[in-house]
Amino acid sequence: MGTTFKESIHQAVNNANLTGALGAFSEAYKVNRARAYEGIDFEELRGRIAELKGNAAAHLDQLAEQFTRNAEARGAKVFRTSDPAAVREYILKVAQEGGVTRIAKSKSMATEEIHLNPYLEKAGIEAGETDLGEWIIQLAGQTPSHMVMPAIHMTRQEVAELFSKEVNERLSSDIPRLVKVAREQLRPLFLEAEMGISGANIAVAETGSIVLMTNEGNARLVTTLPRIHVAVVGIEKLVAQYGDVATILKALPRSATAQLLTSYVSIISGPTPNDDGSQKELHIILMDNRRSEMAADPQFRQALQCIRCASCLNVCPIFRLVGGHVFGKVYTGGIGTILTAWFDELKKTEDIQGLCIQCGACKDVCPGKIDIPELIMEIRRRLVKEQGLPLMQQAIYSVVNNRRLFHGMLRAASLAAKPFTSGGFLRHLPLFLADLTDKRSLPAIAAEPFRDRFRKIKQPPCKEKAAFYAGCLIDFAYPEMGEALISILNKAGIEVVFPDEQTCCGAPARYSGAYEVAAGNAMDNIKALLAQEVQYVVSACPTCTVALQHEFIRDFESLGQTERLPRARELSARTVDFSTLVKQLVDEGRLTLQEGQQLGAITYHDSCHLKRTLQVSQQPRELLEKAGYALTEMFECDTCCGMGGSYSMKLPEISGPILQRKLHNIRQTGAPVVAMDCPGCVMQIRGGFDQAEGGVQVKHTVELLAEQVKG
Amino acid sequence: MFEQFKSKAEGVSAEVHRFATRFGALEFIIGFLQGEGVADRPGSYAIWAACPFLEGIERQSLQQFAGLKLEVTRELAAAAKIGISQMDWALADTGTLAGDSSRLDGRLASTLTGIHIALVPTSGILPDMPTLLTRLHPDASNYIAMITGPSRTADIERVLTIGVHGPSRLVIVFCDELGGTE
Ligand code: SF4
Ligand code: SF4
Repeated sequence: MGTTFKESIHQAVNNANLTGALGAFSEAYKVNRARAYEGIDFEELRGRIAELKGNAAAHLDQLAEQFTRNAEARGAKVFRTSDPAAVREYILKVAQEGGVTRIAKSKSMATEEIHLNPYLEKAGIEAGETDLGEWIIQLAGQTPSHMVMPAIHMTRQEVAELFSKEVNERLSSDIPRLVKVAREQLRPLFLEAEMGISGANIAVAETGSIVLMTNEGNARLVTTLPRIHVAVVGIEKLVAQYGDVATILKALPRSATAQLLTSYVSIISGPTPNDDGSQKELHIILMDNRRSEMAADPQFRQALQCIRCASCLNVCPIFRLVGGHVFGKVYTGGIGTILTAWFDELKKTEDIQGLCIQCGACKDVCPGKIDIPELIMEIRRRLVKEQGLPLMQQAIYSVVNNRRLFHGMLRAASLAAKPFTSGGFLRHLPLFLADLTDKRSLPAIAAEPFRDRFRKIKQPPCKEKAAFYAGCLIDFAYPEMGEALISILNKAGIEVVFPDEQTCCGAPARYSGAYEVAAGNAMDNIKALLAQEVQYVVSACPTCTVALQHEFIRDFESLGQTERLPRARELSARTVDFSTLVKQLVDEGRLTLQEGQQLGAITYHDSCHLKRTLQVSQQPRELLEKAGYALTEMFECDTCCGMGGSYSMKLPEISGPILQRKLHNIRQTGAPVVAMDCPGCVMQIRGGFDQAEGGVQVKHTVELLAEQVKG
Repeated sequence: MFEQFKSKAEGVSAEVHRFATRFGALEFIIGFLQGEGVADRPGSYAIWAACPFLEGIERQSLQQFAGLKLEVTRELAAAAKIGISQMDWALADTGTLAGDSSRLDGRLASTLTGIHIALVPTSGILPDMPTLLTRLHPDASNYIAMITGPSRTADIERVLTIGVHGPSRLVIVFCDELGGTE
């Protein structure tokens, strides 16, 4: 990671205005968004959007042609190009031929993408932004920090400061007054500009129409007052039919700003009269800039389903901490990382792709149904393919991939680490777990790993068998969780076997883009876990469960190793996470929980992979309540704890504050115990409380239930 | 549907009125202009864009009203306090006004002014946007406009502020007698 990048993160997380504004916004956003979608079937709606945008992406060329034909028939001039430089030159030419000296712009990401303003300014043409937020950052000489709210990082005092300079008058920081000043200052620009430049939210091939939405009314003015109107439209804005407009407009304002509709929507389908009786000169530029290439890429095509609502930014635990500037100058957040990789270049995402912790929160709310975390993983994979893995990582994976060596080293580490152990935690771990952050203690490596303890466990005779997949954390740090799991399943008449050959699930390699390494892990595990006839393969680590159920298949698919797929699918079908299995056993009457217990208050933290990939959230809650705990939900119970595997090591300055927020939300419930289903989350949160002396007990659900099962 | 429209439009800070007759609507508008103290000087007058509503009305009697202009140019609109125009449709589920705005005068009167009074035939209320798109097609209009509440921004510290580039008040006047556009 580059030092300037680290520096920009440092600045962002220490900018209280920024993190305060973004944090408050993201909290309010969730509530308001839910209200805006009341009575609407979001899944059905986004299904339709994904379909219509997906179809459009599959027929970009055809739609662009159809659009051109129809718009030209109505009197617009359409210029289609794949080259950003050609867009700039075209606009300059139109401006020069039309004697344009001033341009009024309404917000357009496409023009930011091609850095139009500086280009025009060099040619002596003034290009003024009229969206209030864009104008503010233009005055400040900055770049947007958010797709929808470009100046969200600035305070009213800073804005007052800027405006005061602009109008040569000491202004107070009263917001309505500042807005009035902006209205007065920008009026002359609207009235005097000879050219208006806009983007478009939608372009309709069937009718040659462009759709513009604003709340301030600036797009209406930009398309009404100047005698020339130029719309710069990325071709991903194309949809086939006029009726599609209603579908997109149903989601876009709701997702973007939690509004039912923006104040103004204009559907422009041809020139309209100017006040001198002439017809407006209407130019529509259809810009490709690698969008067609993206459409031809089977993995990335879905990114063209984006309607630029920015809700993925609003719910992202990383974005709300660092804001947009860390991501670069144009597109920000998770989707921004993807767009930058294509519209700019893959190499530019080397650092920023690492910001994604893979929590999946964005995927849940995306109206275009885009699997953003998956595409970011794909970027990682391609970066690794292009540039290779850093040496250090290569060394680590060669160890992880060699089960004997890996396990041997973990054992050695447990011995070597002993002197550093204090109260079950140690400050520094050897090996690849080294340089973990200060804000959290780490578990000691267990003196005796689960695989050794397992041999000493006596199990009653049972009629069914389950293979237990421990995963590294339970095997080497929390063997007691494995023992608890066995005691529970035994009571349901299930014998637990532990295939010794199992090894790392491959997550560290996979989430770093090293798919070959991950596929090697996958193969070893499939062999080990399918060696014996068992009813279930059970895991108490959601990340491992996701690997066994989904990722192994994807690893092989993406590497084209189709011959390995049948066995991967077989393993997938057998795999189940701990809480789901136990809930099922309780429902079937094979397990009984103690009755009439009063175990006191508890709160539950949803682990990202369990909730959003495996879609499991009610099962552990119901089990804990049935056992006698009184569940008190915490604020943002399903927001990431900041662990993210090696994320907390690579970006401790981000992981730290996310953890602190989680600890705070847990403490606020007043519950003395917090439960969760993931040993990684236990490591992160227990470590946090250990250092903060919070006094909250952090437990895996398996540990809590083991004490409450009858029999 | 009127009640639904009213509650949605008021939810985004629009003001909604309804009158059975043209006369009632006109009386309200005149009263409103008087209440706002319109006068024939920059920043204080009202402009009224040509529209079907005006067709059935004695223009001369209106022209005598000081501070009301029945002609709309960009210069006049830029210095007007109030702009009056007609919109064809209203969408009940979002509180939106919609219509063909290809004509410049209606757009100027509804965008550059501080207060926009929108006349709407009550029969123009439709359930939602999909319905609107079946009635209003680009074949018939190069500029279809939708207006939902007054101009707004939240760009400074996310504080909702009304009236940035467009009007800070949207006064919607339904008239039952105005008939439909169909
Ligand atoms: S997966 Fe999580 S961290 Fe990654 S972009 Fe989406 S919300 Fe942000
Ligand atoms: S990726 Fe999805 S959530 Fe993000 S801006 Fe695009 S449509 Fe909206």
